[in-house]
Amino acid sequence: MRRMLATAIIILLGVLLAAAVSEMPPFAAPSNPADNQVNERYLGQVVQEVGVLNVISGIITDYRAFDTLGEAAVLFAGIAAVLAVLETHNLDTYRKDRGKNG
Amino acid sequence: MDDVVLQTVTLMLLPFIQTYGIYIMVNGHLTPGGGFAGGAVLGISLILYALTFHVDEAAKVYPRRKAEALESLGALVFIFIGLLGVLGGAAFLTNNTSFLSGQAGTLLGGGFILPVTVAVGLKVASTVVTLFFHLLEEEKR
Repeated sequence: MRRMLATAIIILLGVLLAAAVSEMPPFAAPSNPADNQVNERYLGQVVQEVGVLNVISGIITDYRAFDTLGEAAVLFAGIAAVLAVLETHNLDTYRKDRGKNG
Repeated sequence: MDDVVLQTVTLMLLPFIQTYGIYIMVNGHLTPGGGFAGGAVLGISLILYALTFHVDEAAKVYPRRKAEALESLGALVFIFIGLLGVLGGAAFLTNNTSFLSGQAGTLLGGGFILPVTVAVGLKVASTVVTLFFHLLEEEKR
């Protein structure tokens, strides 16, 4: 009974998702809402404005550098959290290791 | 894993892997790749070393203090470069293309992009390696 209910819910969700996907704009059509001034500015001006040939690199480290800074902060927070969890097992050896290396 | 063949082949491959990682990182603004991809390749070379030899050997090559320093240095260099934009009279993280203003399409053509990419790459490499070493050491216990 539970399995049948779960299957029915999954099929219902699948139909909903398929209906949503069928409403999406066609792939790479010029009339898509994503093809706006932002797109034209990035693709047309990146060589003059930034001086790079890799447009993606120009976007993530120049136009949207703040976003990349956030990514670096996420990396930092992640490693800090992992070290905080793992090191508590091993605080004594960690202190010894730190004393030895520096 | 004290396999002589594996260790010899690893030692032969390591310089090429690291050169390729640095290449991806430094050419991030010209060819596909960039800080994240290059840093991952650079980190993978140290992970390979730790797997073929031992994590203790690898920790001698890349000690924890160095990992911590590089980890923080990457983010700090990024923020410092961003502040250079403020010093130039523009918004935070503004790219100053008169700095390193080579021909567009050459290595020095992207303003602040090259140092930013290298900083991000070092940070990613350090993160990958530190995570992996810690998980290996956790397993050992």
